[in-house]
Amino acid sequence: MSTTTIKPSGGPGGKPARSALQGAQLPRWSPYVIALGSLAVGCGIGLAAGLDSRIQWGLIAAVLFIGVSYALATTVEGGRQAKDRLATSLVWVTFLMAVVPLASLVYETVKRGSEVFSGYFLTHSMGVVADDEPGGGVYHAIIGTLQQVGLASLIAVPIGVLTAIYLVEYGRGKLAKAVTFFVDVMTGIPSIVAGLFVLSFWILILRFDFSGWAGAMALSILMMPVVVRSTEEMLKLVPNELREASLALGVPKWRTILKVVLPTAIGGITTGIMLAVARIAGETAPVLLLVFTTPLINTNPFDGAQGSLPLYIYQQYQSGNQAGYDRAWAAALALIAFIMILNLVARGIAHWKAPKTGR
Amino acid sequence: MAKRIDVSGLNAYYGSHKAIEDISMTVEPRSVTAFIGPSGCGKSTYLRTLNRMHEVTPGGRVDGKVLLDGDDLYGSGVDPVNVRRTIGMVFQRPNPFPTMSIYDNVAAGLRLNGSYKKSELSDVVEKSLRGANLWNEVKDRLNKPGSGLSGGQQQRLCIARAIAVEPQVLLMDEPCSALDPISTLAIEDLIGELKERFTIVIVTHNMQQAARVSDRTAFFNLSAVGQPGKLIELDDTERIFSNPSVQATEDYISGRFG
Repeated sequence: MSTTTIKPSGGPGGKPARSALQGAQLPRWSPYVIALGSLAVGCGIGLAAGLDSRIQWGLIAAVLFIGVSYALATTVEGGRQAKDRLATSLVWVTFLMAVVPLASLVYETVKRGSEVFSGYFLTHSMGVVADDEPGGGVYHAIIGTLQQVGLASLIAVPIGVLTAIYLVEYGRGKLAKAVTFFVDVMTGIPSIVAGLFVLSFWILILRFDFSGWAGAMALSILMMPVVVRSTEEMLKLVPNELREASLALGVPKWRTILKVVLPTAIGGITTGIMLAVARIAGETAPVLLLVFTTPLINTNPFDGAQGSLPLYIYQQYQSGNQAGYDRAWAAALALIAFIMILNLVARGIAHWKAPKTGR
Repeated sequence: MAKRIDVSGLNAYYGSHKAIEDISMTVEPRSVTAFIGPSGCGKSTYLRTLNRMHEVTPGGRVDGKVLLDGDDLYGSGVDPVNVRRTIGMVFQRPNPFPTMSIYDNVAAGLRLNGSYKKSELSDVVEKSLRGANLWNEVKDRLNKPGSGLSGGQQQRLCIARAIAVEPQVLLMDEPCSALDPISTLAIEDLIGELKERFTIVIVTHNMQQAARVSDRTAFFNLSAVGQPGKLIELDDTERIFSNPSVQATEDYISGRFG
């Protein structure tokens, strides 16, 4: 047996020779250079053609980027790699197209909203402030939104989670199919229809007055299917082996669900609930129909009109003067912050409760 | 502690499909009985009928008699929850509860059944972990999650969890098929110790394992795919592996089978 010697892979100039498995490759930095180049050319074309909109400049640059990287890769690397580059650059471009509006929305809201956003703004109502005067605040609307969303969650979360448990753990046959069907139908209900339903039932037929509670009922109708759907998906993810392990220990089914299945899925369930809350916190139509609105602080959700953040934003913007615009943006900022805080709390709970790994 | 199981005329179904047909056998107390046979012949299904886990599967249905020291598991008014407290089960894949620590996993059976004294709990946990030969490996990290253990340790954790509720019978469904030879050896040694206290039934695809651990061996077979599985013969392990009375058993054991 002779020992195999490994041939030194360096060429004459110390440069590594290309192995038989290596093909021609664009240098690693090429995507960045192509991106910068097409951005520059895109801006150049935009300037030269006198296009006003920066969006048009960006789109030209994006098309250039995709085209140039595809063409370059075809000539240097060959067809398959070129398709790979095409897909990669398409993903990046579409990612940016999705992120840019989101970032600009947050930027605009923070920039314009921070003009009047302050402790004063958060703790005062519009009670004695005319629409075209500066000052005033959003306190009454925050109270209203918190109470309406809270009441809606109190109705929708237990019903939704229990429905999902029924569907995943117990539901067989026709009833389960019917429930699934109606949950699907409910998912598609436009918010104004949910509002009209409660309006006709609660206010026109039963003759109750406008109130936060009426709004909360409509919001809970919108929230319920979202809670059911997300909880259902999370419960389905719990491996059957865990249920069987628990049942085989002689644990009754209801305790198995309560102590094994739900804790395993709790992270995902909370996230789903928070998404549902975020969805209804921004609803305007049912609130307009059922809660009406008031510039005064009303802390009783069961009696009379209440403020709410989405409607406040709409009204302030509609008032058509600078003070109103400022307040609308600041309220939008408050609404986004509220939902963001909720999401962070949900993430925290999910992280804290998630099945633990590691030694 | 250990109890005898008498099965007679047992059939099990998945919906309209009959999975096992007309099985009768006796499982002796304080012994290890191994079930061998080709995949799909109904060994696991049969094992699951012995503690009423079969009916947990949608469409699962059983008829026939399973007597535990004379009491019919399928008699009217028998609560499957009580049956499962008496007849424990260890599964093919280790399945510790992911939300619970090692300690909580072992204590789960008692805690979830609500039938324990607080002062005794940690004694039971220690005793069960010692019983499963896991105590020395985990005693310093009882509060760490059970899913952080190795596969073999997880399986022994599951055995500890099963014996913590003090069952009469322990059913094991291919407990070593996901484990390496060393962990397998640990579990086999454990089975040898556990049979002093429990009646053990083990399903295995590993014939050497059946020969090593069991006192009696049952061979299951099915005549064709889609046909129900049947018990071919049940005898002392030594006899099954040296001089079985049915030709099919000999063919299967010597590897001549399909």
